Amino acid sequence: MPLKILVTAKRVEDSESKIKVDAAGTGIVKEGLKYKINPFDEIGVEEALRLVAKHGGEVVVVSVGTKDVHEQLRHALAMGANKAVWVHHDGPIDQLGIAGCLQKVVEKEKPDLCILGKQAIDDDQGQVGQYLAEWLGWAQATFASKEESLESEAEKAKTPAIQLAADGKSITVIREVDGGLLTVSSPLPAVATTELRLNQPRYASLPGIMKAKSKPIEELTPAGLGVDVGVKLTVTKLAPPPARKAGIKVPDVATLVDKLKNEAKAL
Amino acid sequence: MGNVLIFVEANPDGSLRKATLNAITAGQQLAKATGGEVHAVALAKDAGALANAVKAHGVKVVHAGSGPHFEHYVAEDFAPAVAALATTLKAEWVGAAATSIGRDLLPRVAAKLKAAMASEIMSVTGSGADVAVTRPMWAGAAIATVKLSSPVKCFTVRATEFALAEASGGGEVQPFTPAAPEKPLTKFVGFKEVKSARPALTEARVVVSGGRGTKGDFGPIEGLADELHAAVGASRAVCDAGWQPNDLQVGQTGKVVAPQLYIAAGISGAIQHVAGMKGSKTIVAVNKDPDAPIFQVADYGLVADLFKALPELQAAIKAAK
Amino acid sequence: MNFALSDDEKALQETARKFAREVMRPKAAHCDEASEFPKDIIRQAAELGLMNMTVPQAHGGMELSHQAQVVIAEELAWGCAGMATSMIANDLALLPIILGATSEQKEKFLRPFTTGFKLASFALTEPGAGSDVAGMRCTARRDGDFYVVNGQKQWITNGEYADQFSLFCTLDPAQKHKGIMCLVVEGRPKGLTVGKHENKMGQRASNTVTLTFEDVRVPVANRIGKEGEGFLIAMNTLDNSRPLTAMFAIGIARAAMEHALDYSRQRQQFGKPIADFQGIQFMLADMAADVEAARLLTYKSAWLLDSGQRNTLVSSYAKRFAADMAMKATTDAVQIFGGYGYSKEYPVEKLMRDAKLIQIYEGTSQIQRLVIARELIRG
Repeated sequence: MPLKILVTAKRVEDSESKIKVDAAGTGIVKEGLKYKINPFDEIGVEEALRLVAKHGGEVVVVSVGTKDVHEQLRHALAMGANKAVWVHHDGPIDQLGIAGCLQKVVEKEKPDLCILGKQAIDDDQGQVGQYLAEWLGWAQATFASKEESLESEAEKAKTPAIQLAADGKSITVIREVDGGLLTVSSPLPAVATTELRLNQPRYASLPGIMKAKSKPIEELTPAGLGVDVGVKLTVTKLAPPPARKAGIKVPDVATLVDKLKNEAKAL
Repeated sequence: MGNVLIFVEANPDGSLRKATLNAITAGQQLAKATGGEVHAVALAKDAGALANAVKAHGVKVVHAGSGPHFEHYVAEDFAPAVAALATTLKAEWVGAAATSIGRDLLPRVAAKLKAAMASEIMSVTGSGADVAVTRPMWAGAAIATVKLSSPVKCFTVRATEFALAEASGGGEVQPFTPAAPEKPLTKFVGFKEVKSARPALTEARVVVSGGRGTKGDFGPIEGLADELHAAVGASRAVCDAGWQPNDLQVGQTGKVVAPQLYIAAGISGAIQHVAGMKGSKTIVAVNKDPDAPIFQVADYGLVADLFKALPELQAAIKAAK
Repeated sequence: MNFALSDDEKALQETARKFAREVMRPKAAHCDEASEFPKDIIRQAAELGLMNMTVPQAHGGMELSHQAQVVIAEELAWGCAGMATSMIANDLALLPIILGATSEQKEKFLRPFTTGFKLASFALTEPGAGSDVAGMRCTARRDGDFYVVNGQKQWITNGEYADQFSLFCTLDPAQKHKGIMCLVVEGRPKGLTVGKHENKMGQRASNTVTLTFEDVRVPVANRIGKEGEGFLIAMNTLDNSRPLTAMFAIGIARAAMEHALDYSRQRQQFGKPIADFQGIQFMLADMAADVEAARLLTYKSAWLLDSGQRNTLVSSYAKRFAADMAMKATTDAVQIFGGYGYSKEYPVEKLMRDAKLIQIYEGTSQIQRLVIARELIRG
């Protein structure tokens, strides 16, 4: 049974970039930063592509933001997504606004499944997938992961970890939770969010990148979708984490134990 | 006046998840700042015992909701019950510990309540209309002060940043009957426990982590962790190599931990890893390579072979007790 | 003038960079130590489109601009110069066909590279004819619909694994460059023997062999261009590939600079990081400025090709400057690492060995100077 899957591609600072709070304490130093697709979203794109390769269907990628997000949408298209939706919004937006836009796009696109990153590595909130599921009245399966298996490396690269039931009406997801792996079954339509090791995303191949240029990117706006993106969450101050005082090297284990006990009082 | 409702989490065996008590402390601070009361909600097949376990820990009322659909935690079943109770109690703040259940549940509760939400809060600042919370962004590279302006507000709590709420007596348990969910959605199929009796990584007071330097032999790490009642962590390289289960990974893309004491053995200290542990109170690094970047974040660095140093350390700590 | 990469170029760079970091780098030290040709990695690179970049779209290829190619080449060489040489060897071997073949020949000899994994070798150099290309002695004699080839080719990249060779040989050594022609040799014809893999100083992951031709029969239909046009085809090919080779030097030098920067921030001597010492700072500053200068020169030589202009002079500037720059940068990186730099436990000595080859192959630094001087003086 073919599946239509909606995935997200948030634009975030590259995890290799060094994040520094600016002098005013209101934002981060943008100079020298590189941007990428949120790595958890990229895992979602990969999982969707695998599911579609196995069951047929199509993958729609969505991003909300300025024109810069085209770079992330193109990346997902180069990986193999079929089409992109750009919700054009230039100002600040919070999780409610994002989830609201996604909800409207879902109602328009009518996918069977949404796969989102479990969180974005910039704000680290980890909320949008759950908001979206609730507002759609859909099942949610967060933190999707997989069990280690004995399949070959080549097989691992192709097999989706999210299992579609034979009747095509539900998915089985292995969730990475505290202390173990929890298996759940969610009826479709549903929202899943990805953990780090759900899969290893493919590279955007060079022919894929060239082909992505001719794939469509539909432009929408929150106003056009009827979504109020007035923010209910404001970051009023940004501070660097408390500085650590310079450490010391200790010559031996005895000194270490002494310092831990009497200086740091950590034992 | 804004009441606070804290979700009481159960372990897989039904006992009280300790991090709930850290969340209650955060709830008390919010209640103090807004002039409200702290309530708690326990949901289980039979919620009585769970509610009793928490009632003495600084909450006014524990609302015990029982029902067969609460046998296993499922967000779609739990969220409507929590949200409905929050509305009944006129709760302004609804929160839980930032465990995998809390992180799954609270955004769904928030969505039901049209509430804005702050995840993994680290402190509460201000009072009255100026109440704000702080929380990490960019894996802790920045600490944001966040103001929520929706009528109801949700949050999860980073357990290591708040003390355990002490047993002070006084709370009461009130049973309530949550509505059964309109249509069952996600179903529990099974749970495979992959960890020992050690404390949870994100809640432990002490974490001992191993890296590539262990060459996959976690014997010395586990020995020392046993001695310190510590959680065991690992670097990404170790998890990628399949030497340790994935949920032990400490780092930006793994777990972010902030224990009282973090011991990194055979870990070089890649930015990725440091982002996940630099909030720890005291950091100890043991590494053969004197130039390993981990020494730049360590309070105490020991240049040594972990296979020699860790057993020595274990013995010395035992002797010091 | 615009120094920014296009969105496409950025996306291509991102894939090449990721592949270099995650696939090539982790195996680089092993393949260097064991002098092992990583066929799986080469295959993956081909599947991702990091090889055969020049093949025209009409024959199933991507026909990337030269600018895009050099952007990719820098990343591949940053990952491992030996592997990069083996990857780009395909483009080098297919260029004579792209530049000089008929449409039917192109379809026959290029298409298979876009539909499956195939390797090709460029066979020009001989034991007695290195810089002196026109002095080649590998001969071809016409026999009906065939040429009969006899002779030897040396330092042939990927020769042991190649499915197709672009062979340069002469109809008459006395005619010097006027006697040279280009033939496509398919598969392993009777009379072709492959010598043993050379035990090289650097770029040890790339396969390098000697080919011996004894009465090898090649169809006349496989001749690219006319008899006597081989020299021109070879020189045009090298004009096209020289920016790529220059970029290899930049990839190696950038890797050396990054290692040296990281190390000098971490390494403490006399109670502070060695990056605080001016002697180290000067070396790092030179590396950074030289890498950037070499990159801009190379971009310009690629831009000339893309805009349909002759690039002989500028591509020789680029190759000469970049190769010598990489040698200096990698030598300084070893110096910054001190004793550790001289040890194979650390990555910089490999870079120094890899860089040396860039001063030698595809026109030595001295030949580049001759080309530059000739172009200058001719005016």
